[in-house]
Amino acid sequence: MAMLVYLIPISLFLGGAGLAAFFWALRSKQFDDPEGDSRRILNDDWDEYPKP
Amino acid sequence: MTATDPPRISACAACSAAPLAERTAGRAARDDAEILLSLPTIHCAGCISTVERGLSATPGARAARVNLTLKRASVTTDPGVSAADLIGVLDRLGYEAHELDPGMLSGSAADRAGRDILMRLAVAGFAMMNVMLLSVAIWSGATDATRDLFHWISAAIALPAIAFSGQPFFRNAWSALSVRRLNMDVPISLAITLAAGMSLYETMLSGRHAYFDAALSLTFFLLAGRYLDHRTRAVARSAAEELAALEVPRALRLRDGIEETVPIADLAAGDIVRVKPGARLPVDGVVVAGQSEIDRSLLTGETLPVHAGQGAELSAGEMNLTGPLDVRVAAAGEDSSLHRMAELVAVAESARNRYTSLADRAARIYAPGVHLLALAAFLGWLAATGGDVRLALNIAVAVLIITCPCALGLAVPAVTTAASGRLFRRGLLIKDGTALERLAEVDTVVFDKTGTLTLGTPEVTNLGEHPRRAVAVALALAEQSAHPLANALADSARRAGVEPAPLADVTEVPGHGVEGRWGEMPVRFGRAAWVGAAPGQSTAAWLRLGDAAPLAFTFADRPRPGAAAAIAALRAQGLAVRLISGDTAGPVTQLARRLQIDDWTAAALPEEKAALVQRLTAEGHKVLMVGDGLNDTAALAAAHVSVSPATALDAARVASDIVLLGADLAPLGGALVTARRATRRIRENFAIAAGYNLVAVPIALAGFATPLAAALAMSASSITVSLNALRLR
Repeated sequence: MAMLVYLIPISLFLGGAGLAAFFWALRSKQFDDPEGDSRRILNDDWDEYPKP
Repeated sequence: MTATDPPRISACAACSAAPLAERTAGRAARDDAEILLSLPTIHCAGCISTVERGLSATPGARAARVNLTLKRASVTTDPGVSAADLIGVLDRLGYEAHELDPGMLSGSAADRAGRDILMRLAVAGFAMMNVMLLSVAIWSGATDATRDLFHWISAAIALPAIAFSGQPFFRNAWSALSVRRLNMDVPISLAITLAAGMSLYETMLSGRHAYFDAALSLTFFLLAGRYLDHRTRAVARSAAEELAALEVPRALRLRDGIEETVPIADLAAGDIVRVKPGARLPVDGVVVAGQSEIDRSLLTGETLPVHAGQGAELSAGEMNLTGPLDVRVAAAGEDSSLHRMAELVAVAESARNRYTSLADRAARIYAPGVHLLALAAFLGWLAATGGDVRLALNIAVAVLIITCPCALGLAVPAVTTAASGRLFRRGLLIKDGTALERLAEVDTVVFDKTGTLTLGTPEVTNLGEHPRRAVAVALALAEQSAHPLANALADSARRAGVEPAPLADVTEVPGHGVEGRWGEMPVRFGRAAWVGAAPGQSTAAWLRLGDAAPLAFTFADRPRPGAAAAIAALRAQGLAVRLISGDTAGPVTQLARRLQIDDWTAAALPEEKAALVQRLTAEGHKVLMVGDGLNDTAALAAAHVSVSPATALDAARVASDIVLLGADLAPLGGALVTARRATRRIRENFAIAAGYNLVAVPIALAGFATPLAAALAMSASSITVSLNALRLR
């Protein structure tokens, strides 16, 4: 049972990290154009050199 | 748009509203550095990079970003770059583009509200999962110190999560209570706070039962319902706004003989505005120079263009057909048509508020019932146990949680989302949440004629009656004009395989017609009076060859594709179909006969249209009004539910509940079937939720309900209700 002292905080921390990641994605407008973003990955425009 | 166009149904409003934008002429430079374009045909990864590269390479454009979901591109430009330049660039790349008025798009506010609900939903979901896991340990037999520890951890997670996620409910409940009313959020807030408070109290006393997981899952499921509701509305709103944004309000002002493009809001009474052929009048005013013909079908329903010369009074929304007109502004911006529009919208909205939705009706029965039941349980157990407040309160809270309104909270939004998503794909935009319920109740359908049952574009009816030589001359003359009758004649003649006759000195006389010379013979094609003929009953253009008697080419308005199918479908469902039009008796009779509508009224004034709808309503009918013009707006607002095509005037679209995005009218029949199915699903969902309560409430009242039972009942009923909603097709 002593394991709980470690396991519960760890599980809460991991879940919280996921929640924080979701918040970040939401705030940085990553859900604004889901259709376009899924296609942009196929785009090879800036494969050779970075976008200026 | 011609009849040969395949009926287009698409997920973006602009694709189908393109004709609207095509009529919006007079685009020019604007000072803003941000230009929004609607790209209805964009669809692939290649399109994105082609468009972005093409736009970025345009001189003056600094950056371009495509949003494929909304089918829009936003371009940051130097001042002085006009949307027309960018549209030209895209046109060369092979993409249709239309400018959007950013002022009409309030997307960011809706986005923020959606993001807010989503964030609360995420917090509630996260907390629910963790507390649920801890609860599993308790349900499987944790006792004493372990149980207390788990309860305390649950409390530490649940209380802040509820305080954050439950805010929308608490706020709504408070605003309802402060005006002494009950809404769905009152029992929700009460159940959540009581469950959390009771559980905290039990935890302090090392009690056996804590309902933290129930309080959280209640919050989570209800927020999910809220989010669905919000998203349906946001999609409808953004599509409706895009339709409005396609009509960029701009005018060509003449100052000391120089044309300049200004926003309509900047015009003042007395300014002179130039209206080019093919453009819509931006203001009310009087013609000071020029001659033309005016199409006022959107305002009055008349199909026959009206001659406009010096001194003619014109109103905003009319279309200039043949010659340029200089118009002195009589009433600017807010004083004229805009103001009129705002009044009509206010009328429409007050009428709409009188309808009580199914959800509200359910809440009205449900909210007091639940409270009384919980109170009775509390008092009953208090009496039975001789004053054990803790036990009585525990059972009362269990009753509140078990009778959880979460299935009720999901019952309507889940169905509405599914149904409006399906209808959207078929080309119907549901603007109002209760529109589906109202559509399902309809028993009478009233159609407008011009622009609704017909496309407002004429076609020749008697081409075969004329000698081929005459048709060849008429074709040669008609091809020199942009007048809709001339276009229609040229189309049909070309399709009949006629070659234009060789003519000389062809000139268009704005407002009258076209004249020229055929060999030595002077020829004229145009209005009856101009060629020396007596005007007849039906819409006609006349051809005179030399001194011979003029020949009449008669025209009829072309029915909208799918009009016959829609009317047949409506009649097959047992609905009464009526036709009411502001047009003259001739064309109305003709169309009514063609579409087999027995009950029709011609030459109706706007007030008469509204009066007819009100009379039918007073007789106990539920009326569906389908119309597109300013003269239909009052009737659209008065009807139980209303539909307008995407090509309708802005005011008519605002006044109606449903917008038909494609040119095809056929989806209307199916929409009623879907609406009736959706309403049946909503009722079924209420029945399912009630069924769960019927089983669970006696158990809770008897004091046998455990947190496990509450969690099971809640999840099971919510999931059943959602699945039932998804069955809709």
